Amino acid sequence: MSMSVTFTINRAPRTIELDDPRVTLLDLLRERLDLVGTKKGCDRGQCGACTILLNGRRVNACLALALSHDGAEILTIEGLAEGDALHPVQAAFIEHDALQCGFCTPGQVMSAVGLIEEGEAGLDPERVREGMSGNLCRCGAYRGITEAVLAATRAMGATTEEDAA
Amino acid sequence: MNRFEYVRPRTIAEAVSAAALPGSAYLAAGTNLLDLMKIGVARPARLVDLNHLPGLDAVEHRPDGSVRIGAAVRNAALAADPAFARRFPAVAEALLSGASAQLRNAATAGGNILQRTRCAYFADPDSACNRREPGSGCDARGGENRLHAVLGWSEACIATHPSDFCVPLVALDAVVEIEGPGGAREVPLRDFHRLPGTAPERESALAPGELVVALRLPPGADRFAAHARYVKLRERTSYAFAVVSAAAGLRLEAGRIVEARLALGGVAARPWRAEAAERSLAGAAPDADSFRRAAEIALADARPSGENGFKIELARRIAARALALAAAGTPARLPALPASPFASAPSGGLHG
Ligand SMILES: Cc1cc2nc3c(=O)[nH]c(=O)nc-3n(C[C@H](O)[C@H](O)[C@H](O)COP(=O)(O)OP(=O)(O)OC[C@H]3O[C@@H](n4cnc5c(N)ncnc54)[C@H](O)[C@@H]3O)c2cc1C
Ligand code: SF4
Repeated sequence: MSMSVTFTINRAPRTIELDDPRVTLLDLLRERLDLVGTKKGCDRGQCGACTILLNGRRVNACLALALSHDGAEILTIEGLAEGDALHPVQAAFIEHDALQCGFCTPGQVMSAVGLIEEGEAGLDPERVREGMSGNLCRCGAYRGITEAVLAATRAMGATTEEDAA
Repeated sequence: MNRFEYVRPRTIAEAVSAAALPGSAYLAAGTNLLDLMKIGVARPARLVDLNHLPGLDAVEHRPDGSVRIGAAVRNAALAADPAFARRFPAVAEALLSGASAQLRNAATAGGNILQRTRCAYFADPDSACNRREPGSGCDARGGENRLHAVLGWSEACIATHPSDFCVPLVALDAVVEIEGPGGAREVPLRDFHRLPGTAPERESALAPGELVVALRLPPGADRFAAHARYVKLRERTSYAFAVVSAAAGLRLEAGRIVEARLALGGVAARPWRAEAAERSLAGAAPDADSFRRAAEIALADARPSGENGFKIELARRIAARALALAAAGTPARLPALPASPFASAPSGGLHG
């Protein structure tokens, strides 16, 4: 039995026929839509490489059943830049050398976008480190990532209430 | 993952009747269920999707002072509900100490209380496990068991219930609201998770097909708000379940404890309410001696189920720590949790 699902992916409507109910959002993106920027790390919710924004909130695409999210709005790393203009988080990652091999980077970037949107961490490095702890980096680029997230938060004009914390 | 039939009910009645068919499982966010399906531990014939059911995702503060948390409320949304976090700070603290930001954005209240044990042998279909396969034995006995239960375990199963959320909830007398083929009923959370006994495969009070629709905190459960904490000892900030944890709530008047609540996590197959310890605190001074005595009482019946005797003293210390932090007062804002992989060096104390 084939089922049809509709998503808004990176601002464009997409209708997809699914012949198998087992497809996760991660496999849908990578294998059906060729959006391979979202990475498959552990496939068990334990590394953060597959982080996407689902209806505006960061989640692990590997533990989300595609059928279950029929109608949802999805933003992946491919939809972040506006044309040639990088998103402030992407620009900050380059500026602050926040990656080495790059495999975890799309997940780190999407997670950082979600974190800044949540607005809980502000410019407090300790809260940024905690808030980003769902994204592992095997190269250990944590320091650069933290600096990039803080710089992007500043660039995006988020509140500075945590400045003194 | 096995193939399954996918059902998308639009009403609770439709969900309950779909789930009454044998082999059905409810799908909330799937952060536990899909994970277990990927490794062949859960093999449901039918998934009944709760994500398109209306009415399960509200946090209602009712006029009588009770609070009703819909089963589909996301863990992150509940912790971020300002009125909820203000009235039940230890519940928010427990939610925020669980999993990762991504998982908390997805995970639901109902799924959290119904998550399965993290025993490694339960998660390995090639191992003997009475909980997964009744009568097959228990490879955790004599295996890797340093994180297993020290209270309420049986020869048949020594697993723990891994939820953080449940620990302060059980301390606050939460009630589970259920709809099922036989109608609606309620079960106190403290009786919801079953101790293993001789039938560890019967994990909760739910009968087949029954749906958790909400969790409720009774009127007055917010009277501990000024002195309530959750302390979780774990090996990393994200993706690490509690080695042991404790939720504490105190009511203080004129320098004495009028009423206390204490529950432990990571020690048993259910969130563990420590009522005798609570009674020992009524009328006592909020000091280190009272807290240590209460902790001793809370763990009085504890015994190792393997190479985990260290957890007993650890649990005593975490219980005393949670009580001491509660006595010091709920902070206006929860401190950042230490020990993220992003942190270069240990920074500050446990939930300081
Ligand atoms: C890497 C990782 C780390 C984690 N760390 C922690 C942690 O530190 N602390 C912690 O507490 N948790 C932790 N978790 C567990 C997480 O909290 C649970 O996976 C989550 O709460 C389950 O919610 P869900 O909505 O995804 O449930 P699902 O996975 O959809 O469901 C879980 C179970 O509950 C049943 N179910 C769901 N909703 C209902 C309902 N309304 N009525 C009846 N049955 C229902 C399902 O059939 C299934 O059996 C972690 C999970 C992962 C993957
Ligand atoms: S402790 Fe319980 S869950 Fe773990 S292997 Fe033994 S029976 Fe299974």
